[in-house]
Amino acid sequence: MLEAPATGTDVGSARRRAGLRAAGGVGPLGLGVATLWLSVIVLLPLAAISVKAFDDGLSGFVDAIDAPSARAALTVTVAVSAIVALVNVVMGTLIAWVLVRDDFPGKRIVNALIDLPFALPTIVASIVLLSLYGPSSPFDIQLNATRPALVIALLFVTLPFVVRAVQPVLLELDREIEEAAASLGASNLQIFRRIVLPTLAPAILSGAGLAFTRAIGEYGSVVLIGGGIPRETEVASQYIQKQIEVDRFVNAAAVSVALLLIAFAVLFVLRIVGHRTARREEQAR
Amino acid sequence: MRISRPATLTLRTVALVYLGVLVALPIGLILLRTFEDGFGAFWEQVTTPAAISALSLSLVIVAIVVPLNVVFGVATALALVRGRFRGRGVVQAIVDLPFAVSPIVVGASLILLWGAEGWFGFVEDTGFKVIFALPGMVLATIFVTLPFVVREVEPVLHEIGEEQEQAAATLGASRWQTFWRVTLPAIRWGLTYGVVLTVARALGEFGAVIMVSAGVAGESQTLTLLVHSRYIDDHNEFGAYAASTTLMFLAIVTLLLMTVLDRKRHSA
Repeated sequence: MLEAPATGTDVGSARRRAGLRAAGGVGPLGLGVATLWLSVIVLLPLAAISVKAFDDGLSGFVDAIDAPSARAALTVTVAVSAIVALVNVVMGTLIAWVLVRDDFPGKRIVNALIDLPFALPTIVASIVLLSLYGPSSPFDIQLNATRPALVIALLFVTLPFVVRAVQPVLLELDREIEEAAASLGASNLQIFRRIVLPTLAPAILSGAGLAFTRAIGEYGSVVLIGGGIPRETEVASQYIQKQIEVDRFVNAAAVSVALLLIAFAVLFVLRIVGHRTARREEQAR
Repeated sequence: MRISRPATLTLRTVALVYLGVLVALPIGLILLRTFEDGFGAFWEQVTTPAAISALSLSLVIVAIVVPLNVVFGVATALALVRGRFRGRGVVQAIVDLPFAVSPIVVGASLILLWGAEGWFGFVEDTGFKVIFALPGMVLATIFVTLPFVVREVEPVLHEIGEEQEQAAATLGASRWQTFWRVTLPAIRWGLTYGVVLTVARALGEFGAVIMVSAGVAGESQTLTLLVHSRYIDDHNEFGAYAASTTLMFLAIVTLLLMTVLDRKRHSA
């Protein structure tokens, strides 16, 4: 039980304290602790790698990124991730559609399956996919150390993004508008393109953007099945890891900073799109 | 939108085949391979000295990371929700940063900060090894799990508001009393959810941890590193499958816990 304040002055000071808390929140100590924690854990390491990338000046940074194997790794990473994002746009939306609008036995199990790639450690994802598409595949499919293998591995780990972004929007979608359109003679394709798709677009885009940022940084799921052949299947994260191993810190740091910048750019665009959608929705109301 | 029966069936088939080929079939195959020689063979692989050491190292890391994330995560969430200060948007962005950073970049950053040639290289000179030792693996794991507790506790704090806390303060409760008796009980399910996510990610983290681990079998390998080294170094495919199945089992337990907690959280 809380002790009730006995005297008037106590009540006054407690009120003042309560008032202070309402104005100042957790107080300077809490804020200081939080800032220190975030700085030591997140900011300082990223500051160290960013500074390292420019150890030899801006030209050194550009040279490090422009080195043939670095450029190849970045190109492969971005290209493969873009393909993965596109496939996710189509398949993710389709799966979300089936999970919301269709009904069949075992749907709940299928729905649960979607979350598995998020819960599964990435190295396990690699092993899992190798069992089917690797050297000991029972179906004689050999994708080990090819670019399609990279795509499959990244599709696996990014599966939930678009599905889980689109699903709630699809559930909320007012079906009466669709029926009204149908009664006015619109074909299914027209309804989908003019009514359903515009509503889903922000969610699809946001899911695809998150899938893309996840894919460009991915390591664990591609390390075994990708093979890491330089200028062929080596992705940026593998390149960074190899450069650290041979003590070429500036090279590793430069490519890391390039990856960070790409990720930030994508997230920034998503944020702007998100704000714009929110504003349009408010206006529509 | 009324879709004809054949179209519905086609969409359903495409979705199920995609999920089957990408997720269900590979996972089923791993389970089959793991248990085709019976449970005994599996058990043998997951109870070797290296496997037991990997499991205990993973658990040690979890045991260090979870309390730190709980204390500092709740403090950060409180500061973000209750504090009114400039630059809150910046702090919000920093909290989300780990989601956007590649695990390998996390590892590389830590090496460049705490390694022998890094900014904090002097720490290593005192004989306290950070990189290629347990502290580095802990730092890497905290980095990648940092957002979970903050992001799960924050909305709950928003929802409960400040009235009860203010009432407690008016009745003379100290800050600690208010926190323990009013705030903490209110956020408990959100916090638990955040902890489950933290534990799952901590057990499963690979890229960031392999960068800063010495990687010696039976000493500085976590479960995920064990899977990797069994496959790559030892060519022990079956052993890698067995260790993967163990991790997969842990992942499924996590998913079940999350479902239960989600229901609790929404009914509370």
